Amino acid sequence: MAEKILMKGNEAIAHAAIRCGCDGYFGYPITPQSEIMETLMEEQPWETTGMVVLQAESETSSINMIYGGACCGKKVMTSSSSPGVSLMCEGLSYLAGAELPCLVVNVVRGGPGLGTIQPGQGDYFQAVKGGGHGDYKMVVLAPSSAQEMYDFVDLSFELAFKYRTPAMILADGVVGQMMETVELRPMKPRLTNEQIIEKYSSWATTGKTPGRKQNVVTSLALDSIIHEQLNNTLQAKYRKMEEDDVRFEEIMCDDAEHVIVAYGCMARICESTVEMARKEGIKLGLLRPITLFPFPTNEINRLVPQLKTMMSVELSAGQMVEDVRLAVNGRIPVNFFGRLGGIVPSPDEVFEAFKKAINK
Amino acid sequence: MKEEIIIAGFGGQGVLSMGKILAYSGIMQGQEVTWMPSYGPEMRGGTANVTVILSDKKISSPILSKFDTAIILNQQSMDKFEDGVKPGGLLIYDPNGITRHPKRKDINVCTIAAVDLSAELGNSKAYNMVVLGAFLSKKPIVNLENVIKGLKKSIPERHHSLIPMNEQAIKVGMEKIQVINSL
Repeated sequence: MAEKILMKGNEAIAHAAIRCGCDGYFGYPITPQSEIMETLMEEQPWETTGMVVLQAESETSSINMIYGGACCGKKVMTSSSSPGVSLMCEGLSYLAGAELPCLVVNVVRGGPGLGTIQPGQGDYFQAVKGGGHGDYKMVVLAPSSAQEMYDFVDLSFELAFKYRTPAMILADGVVGQMMETVELRPMKPRLTNEQIIEKYSSWATTGKTPGRKQNVVTSLALDSIIHEQLNNTLQAKYRKMEEDDVRFEEIMCDDAEHVIVAYGCMARICESTVEMARKEGIKLGLLRPITLFPFPTNEINRLVPQLKTMMSVELSAGQMVEDVRLAVNGRIPVNFFGRLGGIVPSPDEVFEAFKKAINK
Repeated sequence: MKEEIIIAGFGGQGVLSMGKILAYSGIMQGQEVTWMPSYGPEMRGGTANVTVILSDKKISSPILSKFDTAIILNQQSMDKFEDGVKPGGLLIYDPNGITRHPKRKDINVCTIAAVDLSAELGNSKAYNMVVLGAFLSKKPIVNLENVIKGLKKSIPERHHSLIPMNEQAIKVGMEKIQVINSL
């Protein structure tokens, strides 16, 4: 087995980027994710794999650098935290419209506005419902450990290229700042220019060669018929993601009468809550969505008949709970518990809130 | 085995690095670990704390409200975390600068005069290792050999010449801990 190294979730993202063959990182520092670019700068991958690491002059600039890199079929990424990701939303919409693959990491802090640098999950709507304008979706993955921060970098790129769509890792201040052991996966080399031409020359601007049609990457289509077709293509991709790429984890759900739905750091905290409930003889389980889009709607549907209640637990005023309620569709009560302002509740605080909700 | 620890004091006392060395020692001993710091605008002189969990099994929540052990190194942290020690748990503190000593009778309380002891050692930076030694004498959850291995992992190689001094500081802490309340 490979050596396990103690590192922060943020550091894991940086090491994973280098080791999965990422071509370029463009970013701008912001707490609580600055360790991502700091680690990349320390590791100096431009000397080893040839990966570019560049501090842009703003988040707006970094997302547009990504647009440029993605047009060329390169594996490119950025990272930021909530206010910075808001600045990137215009770019994300353009990337989705132009069908470009890329990775954006959002280590979420409390909002709105400048908010707080403490952990939050208030960017759920922004990540899964749009953020930018127009009918688009991104693949959104929610890690809950340093190892998943590492593993989801490669997975995000895989899904981003599979669907030619932006992918987002929606983390939070806890998962970013916490140190845990991480096992580094085997090194993957970056693709050569020849390999990129071979794989992506049907759409990427890799340089026109005789006999190949000119590739135009744009999100602009002034002809309404063509533009509706583009939208239909996007929607078909999103339906395919919902069929093939939903990911989730279940803990003690087999005999559960109540289920907590939580992602990211809150899933870890609620896992302890489930252990507490089981000690008191309450049949509580945990459903942890790993992909927030596509959302595990079918799995919630499957669980509902055996359940008395569900409860969404978030560091927000209640965002994912709306998707849980859409899936449950009024069949059982769906409760909510959340804290705001960067406050992270402990497992016993969640347990108290759960007991209060089911005894109402 | 599962040990849930909060280490709290001033930034600059080595609170976060003590937690990191403890976590690395746990890894050397084959345990699962998490290290969750308070992070924020605090710099040297502000408050800092870190929650460290060492366990034989997979760790679920890295965020806790109750602790097996609280290691407390300033008054603000005493006010904040004395109540967080589980009944029967352990509170270790450095009396330097403490004006309100712990009142609880349902926990084990020990002191370690680490400011004075590290000054006697001639290196105030060994402060946190004296405290770590005191903790390990009461809760030998990792052995000294693995702590030294953990130190080597968490200290940059250019500073490895300081490891014998750190080891000595740990031993001083183990020896000089004083029991105030024992259950």
